[in-house]
Amino acid sequence: MDAFIIILTGSLVAVSCALLGSFLVLRKMAMIGDAISHSVLPGIVIAFLLVGSLQSAWMIIGAGLIGVLTTFLIEFFHQKGKLQTDASIGVTFTWLFALGVILVTYYAGNAHIDQDCILHGEIAYVPIDLMYDDAGNAIGPKAVIVLSVVLTLILLFITVFYKELFITTFDPDFASAIGISTSKWHYLLMGLVSLTTVASFESVGAILVVALLIAPASSAYLITRDLKWMFLLSSLFGIISSFFGYWLSYALDGSIAGAMVTISGVIFGICYIVTVLKK
Amino acid sequence: METLVEFFTFEYPNIKYVVFGTILLSISSAVVGCFTFIKKKSLVGDVVSHAVLPGICISFLASGSKDPFLLIIGAFISGWISIVVMDAIIRNTKIKEDAATGLALSVFFGVGILLMTYIQHSGNASQSGLDTFLFGKAAALVGVDLLAFSIIAVIVLIVVFLFYKEFKLVSFDPQFAKVIGLPIRRLEIVLTSITVLAVVTGIQAVGVVLMAAMLITPAAAARFWTNRLSRMLVIASFFGAFAGISGAFISYSTPSMPTGPWMVMILSIIALFSFFFAPGKGIVVNQWRRFKIQRQLLEENLLKAFFKIGEGNNDYFKEIEANDLRLARAFSSGQLNKGLRKLNANGYVERVGSAWRLSKEGHDKGKRITRLHRLWELYLTKYLRIAPDHVHEDADTIEHVITPELESRLEQLLDYPTADPHQSTIPSRH
Amino acid sequence: MIQQVENPALEIHDLTVSYDKKPVLWGVDLTIPKGALCGIIGPNGAGKSTLIKSIMDLIPLNSGYVKLFDQELDDVRKKISYVPQRESVDWDFPASVLDVVLMGRYAQLGLFKRPRKADRDAALSALEMVGMDKYAKRQIAQLSGGQQQRVFLARALTQNADIYFLDEPFAGVDAATEKAIIQILKNLSSEGKTIVVVHHDLQSVETYFNWVILLNLRLVASGPTSDVFTPQLLEETYGGKLTLLSEVGELVKKGGFHAREKQ
Repeated sequence: MDAFIIILTGSLVAVSCALLGSFLVLRKMAMIGDAISHSVLPGIVIAFLLVGSLQSAWMIIGAGLIGVLTTFLIEFFHQKGKLQTDASIGVTFTWLFALGVILVTYYAGNAHIDQDCILHGEIAYVPIDLMYDDAGNAIGPKAVIVLSVVLTLILLFITVFYKELFITTFDPDFASAIGISTSKWHYLLMGLVSLTTVASFESVGAILVVALLIAPASSAYLITRDLKWMFLLSSLFGIISSFFGYWLSYALDGSIAGAMVTISGVIFGICYIVTVLKK
Repeated sequence: METLVEFFTFEYPNIKYVVFGTILLSISSAVVGCFTFIKKKSLVGDVVSHAVLPGICISFLASGSKDPFLLIIGAFISGWISIVVMDAIIRNTKIKEDAATGLALSVFFGVGILLMTYIQHSGNASQSGLDTFLFGKAAALVGVDLLAFSIIAVIVLIVVFLFYKEFKLVSFDPQFAKVIGLPIRRLEIVLTSITVLAVVTGIQAVGVVLMAAMLITPAAAARFWTNRLSRMLVIASFFGAFAGISGAFISYSTPSMPTGPWMVMILSIIALFSFFFAPGKGIVVNQWRRFKIQRQLLEENLLKAFFKIGEGNNDYFKEIEANDLRLARAFSSGQLNKGLRKLNANGYVERVGSAWRLSKEGHDKGKRITRLHRLWELYLTKYLRIAPDHVHEDADTIEHVITPELESRLEQLLDYPTADPHQSTIPSRH
Repeated sequence: MIQQVENPALEIHDLTVSYDKKPVLWGVDLTIPKGALCGIIGPNGAGKSTLIKSIMDLIPLNSGYVKLFDQELDDVRKKISYVPQRESVDWDFPASVLDVVLMGRYAQLGLFKRPRKADRDAALSALEMVGMDKYAKRQIAQLSGGQQQRVFLARALTQNADIYFLDEPFAGVDAATEKAIIQILKNLSSEGKTIVVVHHDLQSVETYFNWVILLNLRLVASGPTSDVFTPQLLEETYGGKLTLLSEVGELVKKGGFHAREKQ
């Protein structure tokens, strides 16, 4: 049962990331996703200090706003300061991440969060951290419930606004010309990426989220030429990573998140070899 | 204060080593970072610093020891592999640079985390301390570790010193470097190798995640203070060294404070300060310049209005009511007050009761602006074929920009004209 | 030679545009009559694409204004079609030809609505017009340069616009495609639609266009092809650079004067 819940949690994270990651890869913004996933750390730590957990919706949104702020800062230094994008990304996320680490170390006693957790989370604790209803009956593991809500939100967002996301990703100039605001959709998408990063934090940590954002989406991008298939395949790759990752970590007695990423890397390797051989 | 003295007099020899080590590491990564910065490949440092983790773990697993030289070799190899993998993905597939970067970075790191947790859980007693690579531990830089990493940092600096000219060319203009016969392929390999080496040594102090900052942030900050690479290297090294000392001091005075993140924090503060306040390029400095230009425009426009009214009256030094200036141009009353006060303070106009009068200097300045305005109008109609009734607005901006040298050329080009397209007289220079 | 017309399809008034703070178009003032098939001609770096982009409000204006059918852009967006340069998008994008052409209908659909059957029909008939109906299901990554350009044109056609702006539609396409495209543009023009094309092949100007805009940082000429496409005006467009103008441009950039002073 625990194994099922862990794999389910991993899959929820992986599918959410795969869907958003597909847009990041297509928009050539994978490194912005990387920056966001690092820089939400101070927001998460502050949320932990205030309430002791990340399970309140407001905390997730609040911490997620820092991710949007990161996107804005990167753009600001690039536009106003004429700083080249790669450096703008590098300076912004390391700065916020350093702030997060300092907060963690300083308040180490108060927050249930430590340095390991930042790096790779602790998905193994998910089954025992339950959510209760008003009557005190367990409804289910907290992370599973929170992540299900996030995934539902992402699915709704992508299906309802498919048109707008598609056109602003493929041809932003044409989108602006017919009156669709590219920056509005950009920030909405980045907001969702931040939200997902924050919600996934406890399970897979800040850094391995990046792998789940980029690797399954890139693998799918290599082997399909259809956007809908890219969503489906990248989600499938995410679920496979979660499933085999769990068993790999079980066999090696290592981090589950690390093992999930390793499997997603292997999947990418296979897709890479297939495409290179086909050429 | 006491701690400050204690710290800087190196009362305890350990402090000396830690300070020495962090400075050396900071400088070598700052110097290398300048080259990756101008190549616009700053994030390569981020990839390498994450990618050394599996190398360190495998090296430990294979040898069973924490011998720094063995770990460095492992780290060096896996750092290099990550770059090769990244380049192969970009070259052989339709995946773009950003995704390839993020992919190499995060997958290598994930494998590293898996191996590291495997080592930790396997109960190997000597493994403790491997995880210092994750967040760094400058204070642990003693003995053979310090020696190993210092040697590498020095090697990095020597290589940069020897190949400075070549690296500069390869980074700025690889096409040209190739044309003049430099072996760019080999130079690239050397440059990448010292980048990997700088990262490998630097992560001892700040850890894998924040290592990127040690490369990128000093270079980005230094770029705001100079346009020359040689100066950029010096400034970046200085920023790096300063952050190194400060970080060491903070964690010395407050032992619960981590050195690495504080070094990055201080570097970031320096960088943010540079982004906003560096002379010439800073954001605030630019805003201030824009503000000053607005004020200059207002003053010059007021003087032009005085001149124009004087032209109509055939008397440039007659008193003029502030409100009458609005006949020449739509000033707001706030602009009128502010501008006239400033002009008065600078001696261009003087107050006569409730009215204002041009001074000699004010008249000359107003005349020059009017002259430039009309010259430019003429230029636009003659050379840009813009209709005479459409040139005024454009000339309103350009009149404030033209230098005396351009003024002479403009005059010559237009054959010393006396009238503008609206048949108003172009006032003479004297 | 700048001919202004009454009741124009496009009116550009005293337009000055900067790129990276340096003015790249100075005081452009022109009108184009309805139904014109108009070519924008000038050397590389003359500001041709910049002019189109500033009409589409993709680049902020320093001064001046643009009116289409005597209205602001935002009020007439549905009557306007824009074909960006082919290289401006990533053709590796996972999408089919039909997906891309359907984008032309997005403006009319608005939020929340998905393309309906009628939109698909419109997209298919536009593809038929450009001779690409057999490729509707094809992935765009598999198209040749000429086919990509046809797809872009088909997307514009589904918009049923009254004025079309095309940025370098003939760059890097095969002769057959060029011929097909110009034929479609001529047909549209004869239906009373206005077409504005950025073009740089001087050979074909006289046979393609009935109105020509000569541009090189400033407007050199605008008028009927026979009046404007003369050796003398071409010499002025392509010959001698206005060094003084570009030096002043540099000064504007350096001094940070780029924003037109507030009136």
